[in-house]
Amino acid sequence: MYKIGMIGDRESTLCFLPLGFSVTEVNSAEEAAKALRQMAATQEYAAIFVAEDLARLIPEELDRYKDAPLPAVTVIPGRAGGEGYGLAQLRKAVERAVGTDILK
Amino acid sequence: MAELRVIPTRMELKKLQTRYQTARRGHKLLKDKRDELMRRFLEVVKRDKELRERVEAALKAAYAGFDLAAAVTHPKILEESLMLPKKSGEIAVSYRNQMSVTVPDFAMIESAVGDSDTYNYGLISTSGELDNALTALGSVRRDLLLLAATEKEAQLLAEEIERTRRRVNALEHIMMPRYLAAIRQIKMKLDENERGNITRLMKVKDMMVAAQYREKHDFFPDEEEA
Repeated sequence: MYKIGMIGDRESTLCFLPLGFSVTEVNSAEEAAKALRQMAATQEYAAIFVAEDLARLIPEELDRYKDAPLPAVTVIPGRAGGEGYGLAQLRKAVERAVGTDILK
Repeated sequence: MAELRVIPTRMELKKLQTRYQTARRGHKLLKDKRDELMRRFLEVVKRDKELRERVEAALKAAYAGFDLAAAVTHPKILEESLMLPKKSGEIAVSYRNQMSVTVPDFAMIESAVGDSDTYNYGLISTSGELDNALTALGSVRRDLLLLAATEKEAQLLAEEIERTRRRVNALEHIMMPRYLAAIRQIKMKLDENERGNITRLMKVKDMMVAAQYREKHDFFPDEEEA
Protein backbone atom coordinates (compact mmCIF):
# COMPACT_ATOMS: atom_id res chain seq x y z
CA MET A 1 0.00 0.00 0.00
CA TYR A 2 1.50 3.29 -1.07
CA LYS A 3 0.65 6.91 -0.52
CA ILE A 4 0.31 9.65 -3.07
CA GLY A 5 2.39 12.72 -2.44
CA MET A 6 1.90 16.26 -3.60
CA ILE A 7 4.38 19.09 -3.28
CA GLY A 8 3.39 22.63 -4.03
CA ASP A 9 2.49 26.01 -2.70
CA ARG A 10 -0.36 26.47 -0.24
CA GLU A 11 -2.95 27.22 -2.89
CA SER A 12 -2.17 24.17 -5.00
CA THR A 13 -1.81 21.68 -2.20
CA LEU A 14 -5.05 22.71 -0.57
CA CYS A 15 -7.00 21.46 -3.56
CA PHE A 16 -5.50 17.99 -3.32
CA LEU A 17 -6.04 17.54 0.38
CA PRO A 18 -9.64 16.37 0.09
CA LEU A 19 -8.59 13.75 -2.48
CA GLY A 20 -6.55 12.00 0.15
CA PHE A 21 -3.14 13.03 -1.15
CA SER A 22 -0.41 13.51 1.41
CA VAL A 23 0.52 17.07 0.71
CA THR A 24 3.57 19.04 1.71
CA GLU A 25 3.30 22.74 1.50
CA VAL A 26 6.49 24.49 0.43
CA ASN A 27 7.38 28.01 -0.53
CA SER A 28 10.84 27.80 -2.02
CA ALA A 29 12.99 25.62 -4.23
CA GLU A 30 15.08 24.44 -1.28
CA GLU A 31 12.02 23.43 0.67
CA ALA A 32 10.62 21.63 -2.34
CA ALA A 33 13.86 19.71 -2.88
CA LYS A 34 13.96 18.77 0.78
CA ALA A 35 10.34 17.67 0.81
CA LEU A 36 10.83 15.55 -2.30
CA ARG A 37 13.89 13.89 -0.83
CA GLN A 38 12.12 13.17 2.41
CA MET A 39 9.13 11.69 0.63
CA ALA A 40 11.31 9.50 -1.56
CA ALA A 41 13.41 8.41 1.39
CA THR A 42 10.41 7.01 3.28
CA GLN A 43 9.64 4.71 0.34
CA GLU A 44 5.99 5.00 1.22
CA TYR A 45 5.11 7.03 -1.82
CA ALA A 46 4.50 5.47 -5.20
CA ALA A 47 3.58 8.68 -6.94
CA ILE A 48 4.69 12.19 -6.09
CA PHE A 49 3.20 15.15 -7.90
CA VAL A 50 5.14 18.37 -7.98
CA ALA A 51 3.62 21.70 -8.90
CA GLU A 52 5.17 23.07 -12.04
CA ASP A 53 6.44 26.40 -10.80
CA LEU A 54 8.47 24.63 -8.12
CA ALA A 55 9.53 21.68 -10.27
CA ARG A 56 11.07 24.10 -12.72
CA LEU A 57 13.51 25.21 -10.03
CA ILE A 58 14.74 21.73 -9.05
CA PRO A 59 15.40 19.82 -12.30
CA GLU A 60 18.33 17.84 -10.89
CA GLU A 61 16.17 16.61 -8.00
CA LEU A 62 13.56 15.37 -10.45
CA ASP A 63 16.21 13.62 -12.54
CA ARG A 64 17.37 11.71 -9.50
CA TYR A 65 14.28 9.47 -9.49
CA LYS A 66 14.02 8.93 -13.22
CA ASP A 67 15.67 5.54 -13.44
CA ALA A 68 14.05 3.89 -10.43
CA PRO A 69 10.67 2.15 -10.78
CA LEU A 70 9.37 4.03 -7.73
CA PRO A 71 8.53 6.76 -6.91
CA ALA A 72 7.02 8.20 -10.06
CA VAL A 73 7.69 11.91 -9.82
CA THR A 74 5.28 13.76 -12.07
CA VAL A 75 5.10 17.44 -12.83
CA ILE A 76 1.60 18.90 -12.91
CA PRO A 77 0.51 22.48 -13.34
CA GLY A 78 -0.06 24.25 -10.02
CA ARG A 79 -2.70 26.76 -9.17
CA ALA A 80 -0.47 29.45 -10.63
CA GLY A 81 -0.78 27.83 -14.05
CA GLY A 82 1.51 25.80 -16.21
CA GLU A 83 3.64 26.51 -19.22
CA GLY A 84 4.33 22.99 -20.35
CA TYR A 85 7.17 21.99 -18.08
CA GLY A 86 5.60 18.55 -17.71
CA LEU A 87 5.72 18.09 -21.45
CA ALA A 88 9.31 19.29 -21.41
CA GLN A 89 10.12 16.39 -19.10
CA LEU A 90 8.66 14.00 -21.63
CA ARG A 91 10.65 15.76 -24.34
CA LYS A 92 13.80 15.09 -22.39
CA ALA A 93 12.99 11.39 -22.18
CA VAL A 94 12.39 11.28 -25.94
CA GLU A 95 15.64 13.05 -26.58
CA ARG A 96 17.43 10.57 -24.40
CA ALA A 97 15.97 7.59 -26.22
CA VAL A 98 15.83 8.77 -29.80
CA GLY A 99 18.71 11.20 -29.75
CA THR A 100 16.64 14.08 -31.01
CA ASP A 101 13.38 15.76 -30.10
CA ILE A 102 10.72 14.36 -32.38
CA LEU A 103 7.77 15.72 -30.41
CA LYS A 104 6.97 18.80 -32.38
CA MET B 1 42.18 1.10 -31.59
CA ALA B 2 43.68 -0.95 -28.85
CA GLU B 3 44.46 -4.37 -30.20
CA LEU B 4 43.72 -7.53 -28.37
CA ARG B 5 46.92 -9.21 -27.24
CA VAL B 6 46.71 -12.86 -28.06
CA ILE B 7 48.95 -15.85 -28.28
CA PRO B 8 49.01 -17.02 -31.89
CA THR B 9 47.90 -20.60 -31.49
CA ARG B 10 45.19 -22.62 -33.15
CA MET B 11 43.51 -23.03 -29.78
CA GLU B 12 43.32 -19.28 -29.31
CA LEU B 13 42.03 -18.84 -32.85
CA LYS B 14 39.24 -21.29 -32.23
CA LYS B 15 38.32 -19.52 -29.00
CA LEU B 16 38.30 -16.12 -30.66
CA GLN B 17 36.19 -17.36 -33.52
CA THR B 18 33.57 -18.64 -31.08
CA ARG B 19 33.61 -15.35 -29.22
CA TYR B 20 33.20 -13.44 -32.44
CA GLN B 21 30.22 -15.55 -33.40
CA THR B 22 28.66 -14.95 -29.98
CA ALA B 23 29.26 -11.22 -30.27
CA ARG B 24 27.65 -11.20 -33.68
CA ARG B 25 24.60 -13.06 -32.47
CA GLY B 26 24.35 -10.79 -29.42
CA HIS B 27 24.65 -7.75 -31.61
CA LYS B 28 21.80 -8.88 -33.82
CA LEU B 29 19.59 -9.69 -30.84
CA LEU B 30 20.29 -6.39 -29.12
CA LYS B 31 19.59 -4.52 -32.31
CA ASP B 32 16.22 -6.22 -32.55
CA LYS B 33 15.58 -5.43 -28.91
CA ARG B 34 16.42 -1.80 -29.47
CA ASP B 35 14.06 -1.55 -32.42
CA GLU B 36 11.19 -3.12 -30.51
CA LEU B 37 11.86 -0.97 -27.45
CA MET B 38 11.81 2.09 -29.63
CA ARG B 39 8.50 1.09 -31.18
CA ARG B 40 6.89 0.59 -27.79
CA PHE B 41 8.48 3.73 -26.41
CA LEU B 42 6.99 5.87 -29.15
CA GLU B 43 3.59 4.35 -28.45
CA VAL B 44 3.91 5.17 -24.76
CA VAL B 45 5.07 8.68 -25.53
CA LYS B 46 2.09 9.27 -27.78
CA ARG B 47 -0.25 8.00 -25.11
CA ASP B 48 1.49 10.06 -22.46
CA LYS B 49 1.30 13.23 -24.47
CA GLU B 50 -2.43 12.90 -25.07
CA LEU B 51 -3.04 12.03 -21.45
CA ARG B 52 -1.02 14.98 -20.24
CA GLU B 53 -2.90 17.40 -22.43
CA ARG B 54 -6.18 16.03 -21.12
CA VAL B 55 -5.10 16.11 -17.49
CA GLU B 56 -3.70 19.61 -17.70
CA ALA B 57 -6.90 20.90 -19.26
CA ALA B 58 -9.00 19.16 -16.62
CA LEU B 59 -6.80 20.48 -13.81
CA LYS B 60 -7.09 23.97 -15.19
CA ALA B 61 -10.86 23.67 -15.14
CA ALA B 62 -10.82 22.30 -11.60
CA TYR B 63 -8.55 25.12 -10.43
CA ALA B 64 -10.89 27.62 -12.00
CA GLY B 65 -13.70 26.05 -9.97
CA PHE B 66 -11.62 26.43 -6.84
CA ASP B 67 -10.93 30.06 -7.61
CA LEU B 68 -14.64 30.59 -7.93
CA ALA B 69 -15.27 28.80 -4.65
CA ALA B 70 -12.54 30.83 -2.97
CA ALA B 71 -14.14 34.00 -4.20
CA VAL B 72 -17.45 33.29 -2.53
CA THR B 73 -16.15 31.61 0.61
CA HIS B 74 -14.15 33.09 3.42
CA PRO B 75 -10.54 31.88 3.07
CA LYS B 76 -10.42 30.63 6.66
CA ILE B 77 -13.58 28.62 6.21
CA LEU B 78 -12.38 27.26 2.87
CA GLU B 79 -9.16 26.11 4.42
CA GLU B 80 -10.94 24.60 7.36
CA SER B 81 -13.32 22.71 5.09
CA LEU B 82 -10.50 21.13 3.16
CA MET B 83 -8.12 20.56 6.00
CA LEU B 84 -9.35 17.19 7.23
CA PRO B 85 -9.86 14.77 4.40
CA LYS B 86 -12.27 11.93 4.90
CA LYS B 87 -10.75 9.94 2.12
CA SER B 88 -7.38 8.38 2.42
CA GLY B 89 -6.03 8.01 -1.05
CA GLU B 90 -3.83 4.99 -1.27
CA ILE B 91 -2.59 3.15 -4.28
CA ALA B 92 -1.72 -0.41 -4.93
CA VAL B 93 1.30 -0.90 -7.12
CA SER B 94 1.66 -3.83 -9.44
CA TYR B 95 4.58 -4.44 -11.72
CA ARG B 96 4.56 -5.35 -15.34
CA ASN B 97 7.42 -6.61 -17.44
CA GLN B 98 7.78 -4.50 -20.54
CA MET B 99 10.67 -5.88 -22.63
CA SER B 100 12.59 -6.85 -19.48
CA VAL B 101 11.98 -3.41 -18.00
CA THR B 102 10.02 -3.48 -14.76
CA VAL B 103 7.25 -0.93 -15.07
CA PRO B 104 4.88 0.00 -12.25
CA ASP B 105 1.10 0.20 -12.59
CA PHE B 106 -0.97 2.15 -10.11
CA ALA B 107 -4.44 1.26 -8.95
CA MET B 108 -6.49 3.50 -6.70
CA ILE B 109 -7.77 2.16 -3.45
CA GLU B 110 -10.41 4.43 -2.03
CA SER B 111 -11.23 4.16 1.56
CA ALA B 112 -13.52 6.75 3.00
CA VAL B 113 -14.05 6.90 6.69
CA GLY B 114 -17.72 6.19 7.13
CA ASP B 115 -19.95 5.66 4.16
CA SER B 116 -21.32 9.14 3.75
CA ASP B 117 -20.50 11.33 0.77
CA THR B 118 -17.01 12.50 0.07
CA TYR B 119 -17.42 16.06 1.31
CA ASN B 120 -16.03 16.47 4.72
CA TYR B 121 -17.44 19.86 5.52
CA GLY B 122 -20.69 21.32 6.59
CA LEU B 123 -22.85 22.51 3.77
CA ILE B 124 -24.01 25.61 5.59
CA SER B 125 -20.80 27.57 5.60
CA THR B 126 -19.60 26.54 2.17
CA SER B 127 -20.93 27.12 -1.28
CA GLY B 128 -22.00 24.88 -4.10
CA GLU B 129 -19.02 26.03 -6.11
CA LEU B 130 -16.71 24.16 -3.78
CA ASP B 131 -18.69 20.96 -4.27
CA ASN B 132 -18.41 21.36 -8.02
CA ALA B 133 -14.69 22.05 -7.88
CA LEU B 134 -14.10 18.99 -5.75
CA THR B 135 -16.15 16.78 -8.01
CA ALA B 136 -14.16 18.04 -11.00
CA LEU B 137 -10.88 17.39 -9.26
CA GLY B 138 -12.03 13.97 -8.09
CA SER B 139 -12.65 12.90 -11.65
CA VAL B 140 -9.13 13.92 -12.67
CA ARG B 141 -7.57 11.76 -10.00
CA ARG B 142 -7.69 8.50 -11.93
CA ASP B 143 -6.13 10.17 -14.97
CA LEU B 144 -3.49 11.75 -12.77
CA LEU B 145 -2.36 8.38 -11.55
CA LEU B 146 -2.46 6.98 -15.05
CA LEU B 147 -0.32 9.90 -16.16
CA ALA B 148 2.18 9.25 -13.39
CA ALA B 149 2.46 5.58 -14.40
CA THR B 150 2.70 6.32 -18.11
CA GLU B 151 5.33 8.95 -17.60
CA LYS B 152 7.34 6.61 -15.43
CA GLU B 153 7.09 3.95 -18.11
CA ALA B 154 8.35 6.41 -20.71
CA GLN B 155 11.31 7.37 -18.55
CA LEU B 156 12.24 3.79 -17.76
CA LEU B 157 11.98 2.76 -21.39
CA ALA B 158 14.09 5.73 -22.41
CA GLU B 159 16.79 4.61 -20.03
CA GLU B 160 16.67 1.06 -21.34
CA ILE B 161 16.85 2.24 -24.93
CA GLU B 162 19.86 4.36 -24.15
CA ARG B 163 21.59 1.44 -22.49
CA THR B 164 20.75 -0.99 -25.28
CA ARG B 165 21.97 1.46 -27.87
CA ARG B 166 25.27 1.77 -26.07
CA ARG B 167 25.63 -1.98 -25.97
CA VAL B 168 24.85 -2.33 -29.66
CA ASN B 169 27.39 0.36 -30.50
CA ALA B 170 30.04 -1.14 -28.25
CA LEU B 171 29.62 -4.52 -29.90
CA GLU B 172 29.48 -3.14 -33.39
CA HIS B 173 32.29 -0.64 -33.24
CA ILE B 174 34.64 -2.01 -30.62
CA MET B 175 34.25 -5.66 -29.71
CA MET B 176 33.61 -7.13 -33.15
CA PRO B 177 36.38 -5.25 -35.01
CA ARG B 178 38.78 -6.15 -32.21
CA TYR B 179 37.99 -9.83 -32.49
CA LEU B 180 38.26 -9.69 -36.25
CA ALA B 181 41.64 -8.00 -36.04
CA ALA B 182 42.91 -10.56 -33.55
CA ILE B 183 41.64 -13.44 -35.69
CA ARG B 184 43.35 -11.97 -38.74
CA GLN B 185 46.54 -11.50 -36.81
CA ILE B 186 46.58 -15.08 -35.60
CA LYS B 187 45.80 -16.40 -39.06
CA MET B 188 48.65 -14.41 -40.56
CA LYS B 189 51.02 -15.57 -37.89
CA LEU B 190 49.98 -19.19 -38.38
CA ASP B 191 50.36 -18.88 -42.16
CA GLU B 192 53.76 -17.34 -41.66
CA ASN B 193 54.77 -20.25 -39.45
CA GLU B 194 53.45 -22.65 -42.03
CA ARG B 195 55.48 -21.01 -44.78
CA GLY B 196 58.55 -20.99 -42.57
CA ASN B 197 58.05 -24.66 -41.94
CA ILE B 198 57.74 -25.50 -45.63
CA THR B 199 60.85 -23.49 -46.45
CA ARG B 200 62.72 -25.25 -43.70
CA LEU B 201 61.60 -28.65 -44.97
CA MET B 202 62.62 -27.80 -48.49
CA LYS B 203 65.99 -26.63 -47.28
CA VAL B 204 66.47 -29.77 -45.20
CA LYS B 205 65.49 -31.91 -48.15
CA ASP B 206 68.01 -30.09 -50.36
CA MET B 207 70.66 -30.64 -47.75
CA MET B 208 69.77 -34.31 -47.48
CA VAL B 209 69.86 -34.77 -51.23
CA ALA B 210 73.21 -33.04 -51.41
CA ALA B 211 74.53 -35.21 -48.60
CA GLN B 212 73.32 -38.37 -50.31
CA TYR B 213 74.90 -37.30 -53.54
CA ARG B 214 78.17 -36.57 -51.86
CA GLU B 215 78.07 -39.83 -49.97
CA LYS B 216 77.50 -41.74 -53.15
CA HIS B 217 80.40 -40.08 -54.88
CA ASP B 218 82.69 -40.41 -51.86
CA PHE B 219 81.92 -44.09 -51.74
CA PHE B 220 82.61 -44.76 -55.39
CA PRO B 221 85.14 -42.11 -56.28
CA ASP B 222 86.28 -44.05 -59.36
CA GLU B 223 82.91 -44.16 -60.96
CA GLU B 224 82.88 -40.46 -61.43
CA GLU B 225 86.19 -40.41 -63.16
CA ALA B 226 85.28 -43.27 -65.40
